[in-house]
Amino acid sequence: MSAIEGLETAHHHADEHEHHHEAQNFWQKYIFCEDHKVIAKQYLITGILWAVIGITMSVIFRIQLGLPDSNLSWLKPVLGGWISDAGKLDPNFYLALVTMHGTIMVFFVLTAGLSGTFSNFLIPLQIGARDMASGFMNMLSYWFFFIASVVMFASLFLQQGPAAGGWVIYPPLSALPQAHPGSGMGMTLWLASMALFIVSQLLGGINYITTVINLRTRGMSFDRLPLTIWSFLITAVLGLISFPVLFSSVLLLIFDRHFGTSFYLSDIYINGEALPNVGGSPILFQHLFWFLGHPEVYIVLLPALGITSEVIATNSRKPIFGYRAMIASMLGIAFLAFIVWAHHMFVTGMNPFLGSVFMFLTLIIAVPSAVKGFNYITTLWKGNIVFTPGMLFSIGLVSLFVSGGLTGIILGNSALDIQLHDTYFVVAHFHLVMGAASAFGLFAGVYHWFPKMFGRMMSTSLGQIHFWLTFIGIYLVFIPMHYVGIAGFPRRYYQFTSYDFTHKFMDMNMFISIAAIFTFFAQFIFLWNFFYSIFKGRKAPQNPWRSNTLEWTAPINPGHGNWEGDIPAVYRWSYDYSKPGAKEDFIPQNIPYSQTPESNLPHENEQIAMEKLIESQNFNDQFKSNH
Amino acid sequence: MYIIIALVALVFVVLTGIVISRLQNVIRGINKSDSTEVVTSGNKVNGAMFIVILILGAVGITWSYLHSTEFYLPEASSVHGRRTDDLFWFSMGILTIPFIFVNFLLFFFAWKYQYKKGTRATFYPENHKLELIWTIVPAIVMALLVFTGWKAWSDITSDAPRDSEVIEITGKQFNWIVRYGGVDNNKLGDYNYKLIDAQNEVGIDLADENSFDDFTNPSEMHIPAGRPVLLRIRARDVLHSVFIPHMRVKMDAVPGMPTKFWFVADKTTADMRAETGNPKFDYEIACTEVCGQGHFSMKMRLIVDDEASYKKWCAEQATFLQTYPEYLAKVPENLKAKAMKYVPAEAGAPADSSATSAGGAGASTSLR
Repeated sequence: MSAIEGLETAHHHADEHEHHHEAQNFWQKYIFCEDHKVIAKQYLITGILWAVIGITMSVIFRIQLGLPDSNLSWLKPVLGGWISDAGKLDPNFYLALVTMHGTIMVFFVLTAGLSGTFSNFLIPLQIGARDMASGFMNMLSYWFFFIASVVMFASLFLQQGPAAGGWVIYPPLSALPQAHPGSGMGMTLWLASMALFIVSQLLGGINYITTVINLRTRGMSFDRLPLTIWSFLITAVLGLISFPVLFSSVLLLIFDRHFGTSFYLSDIYINGEALPNVGGSPILFQHLFWFLGHPEVYIVLLPALGITSEVIATNSRKPIFGYRAMIASMLGIAFLAFIVWAHHMFVTGMNPFLGSVFMFLTLIIAVPSAVKGFNYITTLWKGNIVFTPGMLFSIGLVSLFVSGGLTGIILGNSALDIQLHDTYFVVAHFHLVMGAASAFGLFAGVYHWFPKMFGRMMSTSLGQIHFWLTFIGIYLVFIPMHYVGIAGFPRRYYQFTSYDFTHKFMDMNMFISIAAIFTFFAQFIFLWNFFYSIFKGRKAPQNPWRSNTLEWTAPINPGHGNWEGDIPAVYRWSYDYSKPGAKEDFIPQNIPYSQTPESNLPHENEQIAMEKLIESQNFNDQFKSNH
Repeated sequence: MYIIIALVALVFVVLTGIVISRLQNVIRGINKSDSTEVVTSGNKVNGAMFIVILILGAVGITWSYLHSTEFYLPEASSVHGRRTDDLFWFSMGILTIPFIFVNFLLFFFAWKYQYKKGTRATFYPENHKLELIWTIVPAIVMALLVFTGWKAWSDITSDAPRDSEVIEITGKQFNWIVRYGGVDNNKLGDYNYKLIDAQNEVGIDLADENSFDDFTNPSEMHIPAGRPVLLRIRARDVLHSVFIPHMRVKMDAVPGMPTKFWFVADKTTADMRAETGNPKFDYEIACTEVCGQGHFSMKMRLIVDDEASYKKWCAEQATFLQTYPEYLAKVPENLKAKAMKYVPAEAGAPADSSATSAGGAGASTSLR
């Protein structure tokens, strides 16, 4: 549509979009829905269900690790044959639990549940668009994710158990069904599920990028975008570049498994038989996997940081400190994310020179990360902080991000990684910096945007209790885990009694397990609060957090198209909190400078002249474009 | 251990108390009408909690760290291990500063600048000088850490010295097998995975004369102290990873791609037994790359001998051909005579495990 058309349509009235008038039935409204808000909720609910499954798994293997003498017969009704008659967990199933916990949490909860939910929900609402660029693709994205979920879920019930080679599924273990029961049908379904999942991510990612670039409302220039949108945009670009590489590695693995190729296989003698495969390299898989795997860390983390930026600024009643530096550091992190993957592979036999290069590149990431950390802290400085649950989780996120990120500087150092690689030190590191931090981002987002999603408020007090129990619990689990790692305990061990060097420190492992169970139970406060508030929560006011971003100008329960009448225009950035001279301590993005002469800075007075131009711009309204 | 349980119990009790007291607020809060102010209930309590957690966290981390030190591995028994350990603790020391600094500021600011009626936040959107400072300072610290780490890494991964004792270690589901080059030529013979069978577990290629005096061991590895040891690492089926925690050695075993790691162990097993006061102390080799059901118990004993005992132990080992003389059939005709030296007198008979290399040598003389 050309600008001239836009000018023309600007004069039409909102009720002219006749092709949206037909009544929708239940299926169109709630199931195969093309509305971004419904799709976001579908992602969120699916993500929460997966989180319950994934975290429950971790509790089961934590019981095995921390309380190895306990009798697990009480789990027999659920796990059946995986619990022996003596009440012991099957070692193969232990590996399956570890593997599925990682897969579920990384991909289904923190990628789909976090990015899927908030990119879908916030992008159109915060940039002032009626919906995503392609509602149909968006719907497909969710349903591909749903099918991937069903396939993965089905694999849990296989006779031989689900995939069990670690979430990184390194071949040859994952390629040879004779090597492990989990490498049979379970791995086949894992690979199928991931292939579908990648399709879902690509459909979603293309949509997010297109929407942010093309459907911003009048006046919403890139330097007025909230940091949430910046983070979703960068995340989508990361996913779009890296997920296809995972797809190729998965595809080659499928070929090795079923069609006799030797991409990853060479010189293997197993079960009394020398396999004919020669010339392949297991290291190739690791390169391909981590080319996704490392950006994946940021795919998980950046949306959480974006949400945090927004929530911290709103609740400190201050502009985010260093808006441009925040964008620059996100871009820097995103760029570096692609050239550090081999720091996961220092001791795989990779050329040591490559190790040096990747060590250098890896440690550079600390610099933009440090900038982000300091900028958050300076945003709090001299603020007027309101401890909404969303705010608490955002502050918690910064703490976890910094505490966990610092040990990354140790692990990114290849000389130190020799001893620490694949020990609990690594487990502690990435759970803090990526797992818990991103989960906190998810919680912050849910608490903050729940009123917009469901038109009701969650209980603040329960949210605060949930925060403190979770925050304390997370640190109680993962700080001691560093000690266990320094003591040399390797990860993915069914039990620690086989070696003298691990046959000690039992009290610490028990402590970690108890803390994990404690944190697990604290999450039920959230579940109750969430589901109860959907139906019985207090009705939300128009702008409960007195926030600047556009979504709060939409109706409390936005219908299809988000705004009744025209889409609001944007005249300022989203961080005009506590501006000197202003009547209120916030000025929403859709308030023109001409209405706030008392608080305008000199250069902003000059922008008043631009307002006519913004108003005369193309509405960019999907409902008014000619199909 | 009981202290820990008590501590956990205490934390639980305290938290339960908090939960109950806060729940009362919830019940009271239900009837409250919504105010136009943003202020959430319990803003003061939450602000105070940050200070409480800051203090409890500092005490808890200090105490738990001190408690844990006794469970850490003893001082590294290898030369490079002590270097990486020093580097590790040096880096940890440096990183503790930002850890404390950042968490302190974060929690302190949260408490200090909590909502107060009538006050307004300071509009402070940017300060380029400040941002430049906290870009450059981490960059300098990083550069320092990178440089020290890089020096250590390139020394550790440099080519092994010529006089290294070369030992092959092969991972399989679920144990390790070591192979030595033998006492006569001290060279490892070729191998081929297609030659692997129930006896020839690492696929020794008997067409290579260097393999005649090779000997293997599936349960323990001996290495000499004070001399470089080069591990040639192989995997037979899936990925494994050689991990010798006390030596700070780790390297993956990859099927089809031999890897290596060299190090100098300078404390014998006997030294360590004296040092740790544990007469049963043993070095151990573990697997750190998930490899299947038995991953957690792929244990091999490592014995670090002084030079003399190491030589003696090597000389006492029966070569592969001695143990399985039937493999003489696989030796090419032109090398048979050489190979006979390593086969016990009663060639073809069931292996005589008590045969010493001296006996073997005697037998070969008589055959010649």
